[in-house]
Amino acid sequence: MSFVNYSSREINCKIVYYGPGLCGKTTNLQYIHKRMDPDSRGKMISLATETERTLFFDFLPLSMGEVRGFKTRFHLYTVPGQVFYDASRRLILRGVDGVVFCADSQLTRMDANMESLENLRINLREQGYDPERIPLVMQYNKRDVNGVASVSELHALLNYRNVPEFESSALTGTGVFETLKSIIKLVLIDLKKGGK
Amino acid sequence: MTPPKGHFILHEKEFEAFQAVLQKLLADSYAKVVFLIDKNGSMLSAAGATSDFDTTSLASLAAGNIAATGGLASLIGEKEFSILFHEGERDNMHISVIDNRLILVVIFDKRSSVGLVRLRVRRADEELSKILHAVDERKSGEEGGGVIEELTEADIETLFK
Repeated sequence: MSFVNYSSREINCKIVYYGPGLCGKTTNLQYIHKRMDPDSRGKMISLATETERTLFFDFLPLSMGEVRGFKTRFHLYTVPGQVFYDASRRLILRGVDGVVFCADSQLTRMDANMESLENLRINLREQGYDPERIPLVMQYNKRDVNGVASVSELHALLNYRNVPEFESSALTGTGVFETLKSIIKLVLIDLKKGGK
Repeated sequence: MTPPKGHFILHEKEFEAFQAVLQKLLADSYAKVVFLIDKNGSMLSAAGATSDFDTTSLASLAAGNIAATGGLASLIGEKEFSILFHEGERDNMHISVIDNRLILVVIFDKRSSVGLVRLRVRRADEELSKILHAVDERKSGEEGGGVIEELTEADIETLFK
């Protein structure tokens, strides 16, 4: 649920990066953190295990400038991808305004992608959201490694709503900002509709 | 569960009312700083030595903390743990849930005590809940402002130029 503060003239929205373990959700945020102007982003927080696997969430606050005199702030979160952290994933989805589903393009990870996407739909429903309507963007990550599925295969398997989709390599940054820009647009358009 | 539809709108009047409660709580509890945040981790209002803290990170982590303890509570059949207290060597943190929607964070040192903070927070809780209900009543009337509804795709595009 977005938060509009007329006093400080701010719009705050929450975007969650979802996807299977090791698909590159944290890497997306790290790249955004690295490349954004330090004045436009806050500190990145990672609640991770000693082996740098996300334990609870990563958090990165962004200020994207003004629309109609309102500062827009986006809070980016990742969920822990590993299957057994489902309780934590559900908590992080609370109050979400838009979701980036980060898929791992490697052929060996197709089952994990499908399981994670199904898990997203279940958890969205549990939080009172309609998985058919929430602002959603698909990101097919790790396009730079060997043994990846084609975009058309990924599309057929995962893009059940025919939402915007992007090929990416979060490590090098390819597609990272395109994905972010797309979800921000969808969230703001949805915010406008939700206000009616 | 509260439905996720719509958005939470805070107007000047309620913002000032929140601010007044926080200022009073700050003074009465001898706290260093007090924050009011929503359950998603957005800062609504703050009072005290805010420049000494990374308020954005603090808001996000406090919300995560409340979410995690809420998850623990439901696992043992409790509705929620409405108060959390973290004791540090120098500073302490008292976190409480207001009206099941907002989170009030009080940071204090040895000039105060957990008993005093708890007492003052209880009073602030009632006042903050009243303001929240006033927000709800207004919401069912007019949504106010209309800025969000009037956003155009061209406006949104300007963010990326």
